[in-house]
Amino acid sequence: MILLLLKRIGFMIFTMIVVSIILFLLLETGLTGDPATRVLGNFASDEQKEIWRDQQGYNQPVIVRYAKWLGNFATGNLGTSIRYKGPVKDVLLPRLWNTAILGFWTFAIMIPLSLTLGILSGMKEGSLLDRTISVFGILTTSVPEFASAVFFSALFVFGLKWLPGTSSMSDGFEFKQLLLPAMVLVVYDFGYVARMTRASMAEVMTSQYVRSAVLKGLPYRQVIIRHALRNALIAPFTVIMLQINWLLSGVIVVEFFFAYKGFGALLLEASLNNDIALLEACAMVAVVVAVSSQTIADIGYTFLNPRIRFS
Amino acid sequence: MTDNQDPVLLCKDLCISYYTRAGEIPAVVDFSLTVKPGETIGIVGESGCGKSTVAMAIMQYMGANGGIKSGSITFKGRDLTTLNEDELRSIRGSEISMIYQEPFASLNPSLKISTQLMEVPLAHENISKEEARKRSVQMLTDVNLPDPERVMESYPHQLSGGQQQRAVIAMGLLSNPSLLLLDEPTTALDVTVEAGIVKLIADISKKFGTSQIYISHNLGLILETCDRVFVMYSGEVVEEGTINSLFTWPKHPYTHGLFSCIPLPTTDKNAAPLKPIQGQLPLPFERPSGCYFGPRCDHFEQGLCDKDHFRMENVEGSAPDHRVRCLRYKDIDHTKEASGDTAKESLEIGKRVLNVDGMKKYYEVKDASLMALIAGKSVRHVKANEELNFTAHESETVAIVGESGCGKSTFAKVLMGLETGTEGEIRHKGKDISDIEVRDRSTKQIRSLQMVFQNPFDTLNPSHTIGGQISRVIRQFGIETDKKKVFDRVMTLLDTIKLPRDFYFRKPRQLSGGQKQRIGIARAFAGNPNLVICDEPVSALDVSVAAAVTELLMDIQREHKTTLLFISHDMSVVRYLSDRIVVMYLGHLLERGTTEQIFAPPYHPYTEALLSAVPIADPEITKRRIVLEGNLPSAINPPKGCPFCTRCHRKIGDICDNEPPQDQVVSDRHVIKCHIPIEELSKIKPVIIVPDESERIHAK
Repeated sequence: MILLLLKRIGFMIFTMIVVSIILFLLLETGLTGDPATRVLGNFASDEQKEIWRDQQGYNQPVIVRYAKWLGNFATGNLGTSIRYKGPVKDVLLPRLWNTAILGFWTFAIMIPLSLTLGILSGMKEGSLLDRTISVFGILTTSVPEFASAVFFSALFVFGLKWLPGTSSMSDGFEFKQLLLPAMVLVVYDFGYVARMTRASMAEVMTSQYVRSAVLKGLPYRQVIIRHALRNALIAPFTVIMLQINWLLSGVIVVEFFFAYKGFGALLLEASLNNDIALLEACAMVAVVVAVSSQTIADIGYTFLNPRIRFS
Repeated sequence: MTDNQDPVLLCKDLCISYYTRAGEIPAVVDFSLTVKPGETIGIVGESGCGKSTVAMAIMQYMGANGGIKSGSITFKGRDLTTLNEDELRSIRGSEISMIYQEPFASLNPSLKISTQLMEVPLAHENISKEEARKRSVQMLTDVNLPDPERVMESYPHQLSGGQQQRAVIAMGLLSNPSLLLLDEPTTALDVTVEAGIVKLIADISKKFGTSQIYISHNLGLILETCDRVFVMYSGEVVEEGTINSLFTWPKHPYTHGLFSCIPLPTTDKNAAPLKPIQGQLPLPFERPSGCYFGPRCDHFEQGLCDKDHFRMENVEGSAPDHRVRCLRYKDIDHTKEASGDTAKESLEIGKRVLNVDGMKKYYEVKDASLMALIAGKSVRHVKANEELNFTAHESETVAIVGESGCGKSTFAKVLMGLETGTEGEIRHKGKDISDIEVRDRSTKQIRSLQMVFQNPFDTLNPSHTIGGQISRVIRQFGIETDKKKVFDRVMTLLDTIKLPRDFYFRKPRQLSGGQKQRIGIARAFAGNPNLVICDEPVSALDVSVAAAVTELLMDIQREHKTTLLFISHDMSVVRYLSDRIVVMYLGHLLERGTTEQIFAPPYHPYTEALLSAVPIADPEITKRRIVLEGNLPSAINPPKGCPFCTRCHRKIGDICDNEPPQDQVVSDRHVIKCHIPIEELSKIKPVIIVPDESERIHAK
């Protein structure tokens, strides 16, 4: 178990280093165009560019530069954002926090909802309830976020006038402003997780051990909760952990639409403005989140499945 | 057991149907059954005959599309078909419980055995958890599981197949049911493990007074466990009676046909070969009018057997509960017929084709646990094959016998070149092939060494036609390249395997299991091989189909003088068709010799146990019962001395634990690897005793 943990963490670090190398080669070297041009613009003179390169240390060997860059990153020095004219850290952290809040509420609503409905529909495959939930799931998943964002705005902001149309939180945090972006995300992702859960549950319900549980004369509730559920949750668990990655980039449209000051909106701005340091930091954050959520998923697996725990 | 006791279960004129889009499919028709207290009833039949449907109907677990069309199932005076879910729940698991075919699939993989056992009494009785636990441990002891406390704390995957099935049986018996349904409880288990479970099942009714319904396709197992037997064919019972009357005087042509399909100790591949039942089982919606068995029956009479559907009637002059569904049973005199098929000529054994000399195969296993790293034992060896020595000649059938995990499939892989041997030689026609991988072998070598696989369902590509798949092999082997000639060759092969020529255009899904296995055989024989490995080629097939495929293999061998290496765990099939036998256990070769030598003393103790474990469907053959204790040891950590010492019933002392035994030569090419001197082993009485022909009352 300890060895497994160490292995997973080792693998995690390895992945992050590989990604950082790719990132560095793409953004900090001449591979995809001159970084000096990217920062100073097309109209800067060669002289200006040379001075900038000298100042920023771009004339040193690539390996030395990478080592320095990595060292800075590891110690939390993420560089300076040219767009926000300040340390990247000060810009990034509040934005990340905002997205975490949005993500938390999205998940807090979406996971219980989709698991419950998925399980209900998988319990009796082909029943009226199952078909209703399945059709509803497909319907919501097939409407993209930008469309449902427009639709919900029209309904709740302009029609019923219940909710504010922007979520910029300019006067401090307000829960009401969070509702619409969270709703759009929940509606989009719910169908996917629910359908995964349904498929997994339906399969478990046809398994022989569920049959033997029924034929043992156990109450139906016990058959479901004790025998079916735990095995049925293994597959949706993986999907849910993958949704965390999706959420990081998936929020771009929603955050932009509702003017929510989150990570997605920041990523968009950074790439539109060639803000290299910010872009690098954002990319690394995304990698860290992806790798650690998968590590958690792997460890979570061993608890759901004793066959892995004691092999 | 007295006749005036109220029956436990009474099925009367039961008709069960499945309702699909294609319409109603009658699965079981006109089924009547009485189970008395303490009685064990056997239901026997081939797949698709409706025997499992009956069990599921008794449990009232039919799925969404199944239903009871007419008739009643009365359990202790209550009609089960009229009960609601709650009432059923109070009966399921407490009054009627069920044991399943695959123990691993029927145990929940993520719950401990203790949870799965204790919930049975907790659901049905008002008792405390401690009481439930105490009772579960007691029951595990009763089903002869050693160390029940450890089993309680295990997850299903930590137990062996036999232990799992014992745990499932314990689960079924926990609330002391009046009726136990057993649906092929030993089919997924090894023979020696099966013998233990069968003994346990036979003890249950004595110990607990439980009535049982035992469903199986194996007549031998039914004979060993049951009091009365029902033979089912195509959804209906064709014959029923006590074990004694039905096995001694089978009346229905189908029952009789089944007996002719089993390789009993009285059959012989040359003098009295197996006689397969002609034709195929009709699909439920294609059943003929009159007798369902009519089209396959040798005694079919037009105008009589094909008119109306008829009912069971009592057999005149036999026991009162011996009943048969046949209008002509009185006219058929089974004694006049030869029990087997017409005699076939025996083959001359030719020159040596295969010589295995000291072949070893070790697998490296990397142990990644922290403990192993510290102890410096991170690489260990699985000794899959240890010093194999034997030979095979032209036209000879050599059987490799052993239970799962004994290394017989590893040997086949090395022979085929899917793996390379670690040490020693395998000389095929004089050339060592043990370390040449299959892709480095010449086409000629590959062509002359082919294999028929165990599972015909997975070995054919579902998206290609039969003809296409066989033609490809012919072109690959470079036998023919011309399109027309390839086609002709496929046609000859289809004739050889006795399938109609228009099968060329069929896809695998349109074929039955037996037909697929025939295609597998055609593929193997496409390049006229001189050595064919058959890895359990008939174990996945029904009795009558298996007989036909076995006979086909024999016929092709006669024609082509092929050497067959027959890998199997079934001693009765092996006895029937092989000339020489090699007995393997845990990678070691424990005994080798001709079939007669293996089946007569002196035996290796393991051979003795294997012979004893084979169920024989003949009540007049007596058998000494030897049940092996314990499980197969792990191949990573084999016993230091004799590989069999942990389970041996004839262990003589420390020498068995500490020193590996040497080969003892009994006579030319009959070798036993054991510490017990040959003189001692020779004194052992035969395991299977077949009475003289004159003493027999059997109808055959």
